[in-house]
Amino acid sequence: MIPASYFFLLSVILFVLGIIAFFLKRDLITQLMSVEIMLNAANLAFLALAKSSNFLDAQVIVFFIITVAAAEAAIGLAIIMLIFRQKKSIKTEDMRSMKG
Amino acid sequence: MAEIFWLIPFVPAASALVLVLFGRRLPKRYVSFQACGAVFVSFGLAAFSFLGLLNASPEHGPLIKTLFSWIGVGAFKAGFSFQFDPLSAIMALVVTGVGFLIHIYSVGYMSQDKGYARYFAHLNLFTFAMLVLVLASNMVLMFVGWEGVGLCSYLLIGFWFEKPSAAKAGMKAFIVNRIGDAGFVLGILFLVMTVGSSEFSAIEAAIGNGLLSQGLATLIAILLFIGACGKSAQLPLHVWLPDAMEGPTPVSALIHAATMVTAGVYMVARLNVLYTFSGTVGPIVALVGALTAVFAATMALVQNDIKRVLAYSTISQLGYMFIGCGVGAYAAGIFHLYTHAFFKSLLFLAAGSVIHALSGEQDMRRMGGLKKYLPWTYPVFLVGAVAIAGVPFLSGFFSKDAILTQAFGQRQYVIWVLGLAGAVMTAFYMFRLIFLTFYGGERLDPEAKKHLHESPKVMTVPLAILAFFSITAGYVGLPAVLGKKADVFGRFLEPVIKPAAEGHLGLGTEWFLILISVVVAFLGIFIAHAFYLKKPGIPHGLVARFPRFYKLLYNKYYVDEIYDGAVVNPLITGSEWIYGHFDLKVIDGTVNSSASAAGFFGKILSYLQTGLVKDYALIFLLGIVIFIGVLLF
Repeated sequence: MIPASYFFLLSVILFVLGIIAFFLKRDLITQLMSVEIMLNAANLAFLALAKSSNFLDAQVIVFFIITVAAAEAAIGLAIIMLIFRQKKSIKTEDMRSMKG
Repeated sequence: MAEIFWLIPFVPAASALVLVLFGRRLPKRYVSFQACGAVFVSFGLAAFSFLGLLNASPEHGPLIKTLFSWIGVGAFKAGFSFQFDPLSAIMALVVTGVGFLIHIYSVGYMSQDKGYARYFAHLNLFTFAMLVLVLASNMVLMFVGWEGVGLCSYLLIGFWFEKPSAAKAGMKAFIVNRIGDAGFVLGILFLVMTVGSSEFSAIEAAIGNGLLSQGLATLIAILLFIGACGKSAQLPLHVWLPDAMEGPTPVSALIHAATMVTAGVYMVARLNVLYTFSGTVGPIVALVGALTAVFAATMALVQNDIKRVLAYSTISQLGYMFIGCGVGAYAAGIFHLYTHAFFKSLLFLAAGSVIHALSGEQDMRRMGGLKKYLPWTYPVFLVGAVAIAGVPFLSGFFSKDAILTQAFGQRQYVIWVLGLAGAVMTAFYMFRLIFLTFYGGERLDPEAKKHLHESPKVMTVPLAILAFFSITAGYVGLPAVLGKKADVFGRFLEPVIKPAAEGHLGLGTEWFLILISVVVAFLGIFIAHAFYLKKPGIPHGLVARFPRFYKLLYNKYYVDEIYDGAVVNPLITGSEWIYGHFDLKVIDGTVNSSASAAGFFGKILSYLQTGLVKDYALIFLLGIVIFIGVLLF
């Protein structure tokens, strides 16, 4: 039986990796993927919690997160597609029209 | 007796609604049929209710029909309720009867106008508002009618709004009336404050049981009289009526002669208990009336526009009605209102017929000798002129004599003399008008003469009917010398208007007064005859000898100019100064500088925006770290 703390530790590592990837990578697809990693890190934490303390609500939350993540991925990819059609690029530094 | 009198105003209202909404798409024939028919149905209802009233026992109070409770604020209540008693019966009959004839006449007069349906819609709407005014059972609802007729008056004066002068005249009428209405509203508010109700019956009861002090009653009576001055064109608020002649002539006949302008007289007569109780207001009313009667008559002497002569004549005759009310002879005032409705609308419509015949010419200096061209208009015009001049055996004689006799009987000799002076001038200017228009050499415009024609039947028949009533309407109110029962009119009104204290005039005095009235009337006609037929040089000679006086009269005592100088121009220049210094600098300055301040700070803050998603996300992350840090520690 693997202790729950290992799962939490893996969850934290995944989350930090997601953050680092998000800030270091410059194309939108990778950033989207890192957001997904962060979401799944959260999922893992919830599941570890549910397993260790029989806290069933956490499992329900996971279902919600998976649904939201699916929707977010669909919309996010669609937006990236449209941006690429407009700018012929998905580099974040090419998108600066909000600059004051 | 079925209570159907409350339906009287709603028939024209319904018709007006249909005409306003669909009038443009309806055929002309149908529009005329519906508009005239609605007023005729109203007239039928009024006549039916009137007959019921004649048969009712005299101690039976006024019929009151409350349709719904309209305003309820605390203890104060004002119902949408109508009242039918002898006074409102007479008014309703005059409004619908004369109104119906004028509607018929309009069918001919306005037949070529492109705003035909709009005209009849407004005319119906006016009839509705006027009927609400005379049938209302409380001051608040009466005020609704009062403002309603004012609105219709504005709409109809400015009916030909493409003409700047007509649009201006409409606004002038509206604004001058506002001044009077301010007094009127204050009067109503004081009444509501002290009596707690604006029902006429409650006002009378409050005076009966001493709820209203005499000082307050005087204040209320004066404030309401200011309103009456505005609506009935009395000094010093008379300036709007002559300008109101810019409207179509049938409108002048209906609104500015027969009905709306008499609303002030009706109001004073309706509140006769209040005016009698206040004591001091009566003489003021009489004096204002007498001064107006003379003042307006002098201006009528020198006008050249046929309609303006009649307008000043109307102001003058309204003065007589106020003399009647002021000396306590309310019944005589209403009697003059009732006869005046016939002969003055006759005169206006006949003048309209002349104008129509001359393709729009209104200047009497370009008329003359029309007698043989207008075989219908001439005799009815003559009947109207004779009636207003006070020649015996026509309606105007009886009513004017009733007022002057009462003034004499109340020892108001100054008023009486002023009234007689006005009567001489009335006879004079009416016959001046007749002689200039129908007699003498033709001074017609050759272009107008080519189209010269008598008006169609639809116009002349109403004229003939009005002429008939101008002759006979007076026989319901014969002078007291012919027996106590001769004054049917006054006795009919007794449930509303308590007969004035007997003047105690001997039979001889009364005959003497009547004789003076007759002499005065013929004197005026004789002078006019001498001036304008026998020796046409006299008027020019007088003008040459008294050029200043003539100019004063011709320019209407410069009242308009005085108002312009004293009120209008200071207001305009003051407004312009405020516009330049306050609106442009303070208000616009505040708004503009707050906008540029917002822009300035926005510019500074906008440097925070890099446009890079990553920067935003970093700040987001920092925020979360700080947030969690605060939560944990």
